[in-house]
Amino acid sequence: MALLATRKLEAFYGDFQALFGIDFEIERSEIVAVIGANGAGKSTFLKTVCGLLKAAREAVHFDGEPIGGLRPGRIVQRGIAMVPEGRRLFSSLSVEENLLMGAYARRSGPWNLATVYDLFPILKEKRATPSTALSGGQQQMVAIGRALMSNPRLLICDEISLGLAPIVVKEIYNALPRVCAGGLTVIVVEQDVGMAQLVSSRLYCMQEGRVTLTGPSGDLTREQISQAYFGV
Amino acid sequence: MLGWIDTIVQGVLLGGLYAMFAMGQSLIFGVMRLTNTAHGDFIILAAFGAFSLAAAVGLPAAAAPWLALGLMLPIAFAAGYGLQRAVLNRTLSHDPLPSLVVTFGVAIVIQNLLQEIYSADPRSIESGGLNTASVALGGGLAVGTLPLLIFVLAVAMAIGMQLLFDRTPIGRAFRAVSDDKDAAELMGLDHRHVYALATGIAFLLVAVAGTLHGMKTTVSPADGPALLLYAFEAVIIGGMGSFYGTLAGGIILGVTQAIGFRFDPGWGIWFGHIVFLAMLVFRPSGLFPKTR
Repeated sequence: MALLATRKLEAFYGDFQALFGIDFEIERSEIVAVIGANGAGKSTFLKTVCGLLKAAREAVHFDGEPIGGLRPGRIVQRGIAMVPEGRRLFSSLSVEENLLMGAYARRSGPWNLATVYDLFPILKEKRATPSTALSGGQQQMVAIGRALMSNPRLLICDEISLGLAPIVVKEIYNALPRVCAGGLTVIVVEQDVGMAQLVSSRLYCMQEGRVTLTGPSGDLTREQISQAYFGV
Repeated sequence: MLGWIDTIVQGVLLGGLYAMFAMGQSLIFGVMRLTNTAHGDFIILAAFGAFSLAAAVGLPAAAAPWLALGLMLPIAFAAGYGLQRAVLNRTLSHDPLPSLVVTFGVAIVIQNLLQEIYSADPRSIESGGLNTASVALGGGLAVGTLPLLIFVLAVAMAIGMQLLFDRTPIGRAFRAVSDDKDAAELMGLDHRHVYALATGIAFLLVAVAGTLHGMKTTVSPADGPALLLYAFEAVIIGGMGSFYGTLAGGIILGVTQAIGFRFDPGWGIWFGHIVFLAMLVFRPSGLFPKTR
């Protein structure tokens, strides 16, 4: 059975419909990428899964149970953690305090301050620094560490390469195998299609609130993806 | 010369009272950007509450107000938590107007309720002579025991609140929710609960401020808006989100008023407002701003 599954998931911003019946599945320990142009509905999809946007209860199932429309706090307690787009660190908190906020859901597991510092040693050096004083890449590490601190079963990364230098993006993705070593399931949302294909086993492409293509990341051709991405 | 020293000392002590008025306002504003226009009226409500409780407990006047305050603290916390959860949370949005209108309405309700129950006569909480006792500082200078106690308590409140804010998990939650409510929700925080805790704690401070204010001087049901003004000025002068700033703001306000009073008995309050306006013009974010 899939760890997370959505059936005919719809989402709205007021009267504006942003998602039109998304069917999505991810198995345990799988890494799945979601790609698509700006405004395709990728972030809306993630917000709906995390509870920041309303959804029908039966439209989202996590570990076999319906969770659509639950409050974000309830969803993180069940084991879905999000690295939000733009990082969204707490600006008046230090690096360590930001990480500790991630542990608020009090789930037990392998991740704690020590293991996160092990993963990103630079954060240990900067533990007392205000999070706003870090470089973009370091801030992204804090955002990932903060999400891991809740010991999630499903980690959702929204555009973690956005606005970062390619070398920094590579450094962050290099940490991914260690993050997944314990069998963590990951959804990666990316605008960088090459990177998305490289790190994921399967891939969904979205356009205008619908899934236009899905399949094993390695088997999809450039033409298929361009077709699904731009609709031309 | 001694006259000036006396003026400054009295001003600092008065500033302690203003800082105490402002501490709860500073917390609420710092955590949820809510301007509680009923803040002064809640202080007066607490003063009258302590007045009635002190009369009811049947102890000697030297002990009754303190027991009354002790009894009032849990009630104040519960009232603050409940008010935030049931009413104020519903008024919070990007638009500041609903919360202003609602708290303004609450202010009117409190003033009229107190007027109905206690009439417009000024009253004071009997403290068994504490309000007239004084401590000699030497060199012909003496300060009132109660104002000194109020000042010490205000300093303790500022330190305590700053430590709570900077060093404890609940303070971390306050700052996180204040920074980014949605991101805090993603961590599993319920912002409605965090806001209600902040208001509950603010009401503890209000209960202390109201009781001591009622012991120091007379209170009447229509006094609230003036206290709100002093509290608000102290918060703005000190800078948002810093409790030491709020303490400094209260002291600056108190000293300026005392200096004004020395020039002319009609100038004190006016001098305080001038300093506040000058602050808004030259340093609108206050002396020690922590949050934006």
